Amino acid sequence: MADMSPNKTPMPEQEPTVRNKNFGEVSLGYTPEMAMGEAKRCLGCKNRPCVSGCPVNVQIPDFIGKIAEGDFKGAYEVISATNALPAVCGRVCPQESQCEGKCVRGIKGESVGIGRLERFAADYFAKNYEAELPEIRKNGQKVAIIGAGPAGLTCAGDLVKLGYEVTVFEAMHTAGGVLMYGIPEFRLPKAIVQSEIEKLEKAGVKIMTDMVIGKVLSVDEIMEMGFDAVFIGSGAGLPMFMGIEGEDAVGVYSANEFLTRINLMKAYLPEYDTPIKHSNKVAVVGGGNVAMDAARSAKRLGAEHVYIIYRRGEEEMPARGEEIHHAKEEEIEFRLLCNPKRILTDEKGLVSGIECIRTQLSEPDASGRRRPVEVEGSEFVLDVDAVIMALGTSPNPLIRSTTTGLEANKRGCLIVDDCMKTTKEGVYAGGDAVTGAATVILAMGSGKTAAATIDKYLSERRGNHEKS
Amino acid sequence: MFPIIEKKVLNSQVTLYRFAAPFIAKKVQPGQFVMLRIDEKGERIPLTVADFDREAGSITLIVQAVGFTTKKLATMEVGDAVADLVGPLGCPTEFGTPKKAIVIGGGVGCAIAYPQAKALAAMGVDTTVIAGFRNRDIVILEEEMRAVANHYYVTTDDGSYGEKGLVTDVLNRLCEKDTYDLVIAIGPIMMMKFVAKATESFGIRTIVSLNPIMIDGTGMCGGCRVKVGGEVKFACVDGPDFDGHAVDFDELARRGAFYRVEEAHACRLEEKQHG
Repeated sequence: MADMSPNKTPMPEQEPTVRNKNFGEVSLGYTPEMAMGEAKRCLGCKNRPCVSGCPVNVQIPDFIGKIAEGDFKGAYEVISATNALPAVCGRVCPQESQCEGKCVRGIKGESVGIGRLERFAADYFAKNYEAELPEIRKNGQKVAIIGAGPAGLTCAGDLVKLGYEVTVFEAMHTAGGVLMYGIPEFRLPKAIVQSEIEKLEKAGVKIMTDMVIGKVLSVDEIMEMGFDAVFIGSGAGLPMFMGIEGEDAVGVYSANEFLTRINLMKAYLPEYDTPIKHSNKVAVVGGGNVAMDAARSAKRLGAEHVYIIYRRGEEEMPARGEEIHHAKEEEIEFRLLCNPKRILTDEKGLVSGIECIRTQLSEPDASGRRRPVEVEGSEFVLDVDAVIMALGTSPNPLIRSTTTGLEANKRGCLIVDDCMKTTKEGVYAGGDAVTGAATVILAMGSGKTAAATIDKYLSERRGNHEKS
Repeated sequence: MFPIIEKKVLNSQVTLYRFAAPFIAKKVQPGQFVMLRIDEKGERIPLTVADFDREAGSITLIVQAVGFTTKKLATMEVGDAVADLVGPLGCPTEFGTPKKAIVIGGGVGCAIAYPQAKALAAMGVDTTVIAGFRNRDIVILEEEMRAVANHYYVTTDDGSYGEKGLVTDVLNRLCEKDTYDLVIAIGPIMMMKFVAKATESFGIRTIVSLNPIMIDGTGMCGGCRVKVGGEVKFACVDGPDFDGHAVDFDELARRGAFYRVEEAHACRLEEKQHG
């Protein structure tokens, strides 16, 4: 009989006023007892609605059943059979709109804490066991993956299991993509990302860092090097700016720059060489997860006031509820329904304030969200010394502009079919390079789909070779 | 890892390093840069490639020890290796088809002006080099420049070598006497600003190479944004070369000074470690 308690087992967390001064992980993870208790809330539904909500098809009731029995290793094995990055997904997936959003327990009360359980299984395994390497018979075909982010790593992980020789070309000095440069340590410890990547390397995935494809090698040159297929998972790295007066002032950053300095370059630690400003009053413009990450990071660097400036209301914010909740607990100050008009500077060109105008919501726009309209004469100035623009990102044109036959849409996103095949023979793509900025798990899902398509394409070619 | 295979001290502050970097050496063209990171805890800094040897698989960087990383690099020797060299980044210089060109290097800017002069000479362009330094002790690459250029002028601020004065003095004199159709200026921001001002009055196409603050060098951070002709450009992907008549040099100077306090702090720390 399932435990019919309507609420999830609470997640132990660092106290808000403690954690907003350190970069340690906010959520501390379930104990085995908590995990077994939560697992017993699962009804084990036959039709498995939760699985239909998972982009990488984790067999959720099976792994939860194992946790309920205390077989944590078995639970991990169920997850890792379809998910290349379990410890990552358990932390950063928007479960509320995926697996947990479909959970029957969520109809009356809270859904089963699937994400928390996934995280528990992954962490328990990492702490207590060594991953066993399955015997893989190489099939002699080579696949190149461009970008070692969630899409590329998932695609690589699946293909290496199928016997392909997989090389990942990464532009930065460290593999992981947005998991390393974008998502902060306090939500996703970098040691966890690196241990997931090490597992892939042990399984045979070769990673070449410092390789900016489109510059050092073109996609065509990669194919000439003997790769039978190429997967492009180069992400959406280009930051957007508002184009308002004063945006060129000293002290205005893209969220990408601010977060990269902190996360990838570890500028907040004195033993690392990359510099960072410790601003006192920071405005973060935007309402997504990246805005929350930037605001919470600015607070941890010691800012007294950190504002989120967003032109719509809280309901319309694209950030996860959990992130908004955590940000508020950490004393981030929300200035909703207002939009920046210009950034004010002092005589040295440094940011001295941000002028905003109040907005009201009118009819829904193309995105389905209510459109903000400025209220005339409602301008006001927030006194700040740094402004971080977290307005979204778009795909880097480097690869599409150097590859003939690779088509993109007006927003610069690569065009693919349902199986992630691009307009160029032998070339596949997924993740943010295709969708524009989206989530880690959607990127992973597309990497998985692409791996299956590549396998189908290459096994047909293999078959043809054997026949001829 | 990218090992140093040659190191040559050019003056008290400027050192030439040749690195084994076969992938970059195969592709790099004049005007392009690399990102360098010394070790796991290092910062990423952009450095324009001064020379390359495709067959040997090596690239040459000429670096002035001014900041934390460049000072740390100066302590490294042949056989030591840096953790990362990423490139070639940015767009190659678009020379067009000039007949008579002037290449101006200010101080360590000569290191980047050199491949430009070499490339122009190889294209058969009548190439004049004007090299400016503070004083005699820091003159670099004179022999190399003379070997590729048709004419070579050197100026020093204090007159201890070559002509006393600024590169713009020579530039103005040459342009009054003769017709040039391209000027490339690489050096301190204020030098580039005044070169561009001078050539504007003569109506000569002018390319400047910018070196603003960058983290990734691939268009991701936007730290290197610079205003050119009223539009925001990213120096790492749209540049580093730009039309000298359109660059907002004053904004560039302001943005470049942003981390000076933190950097000075880091440099003091380093002196502590080494002193």
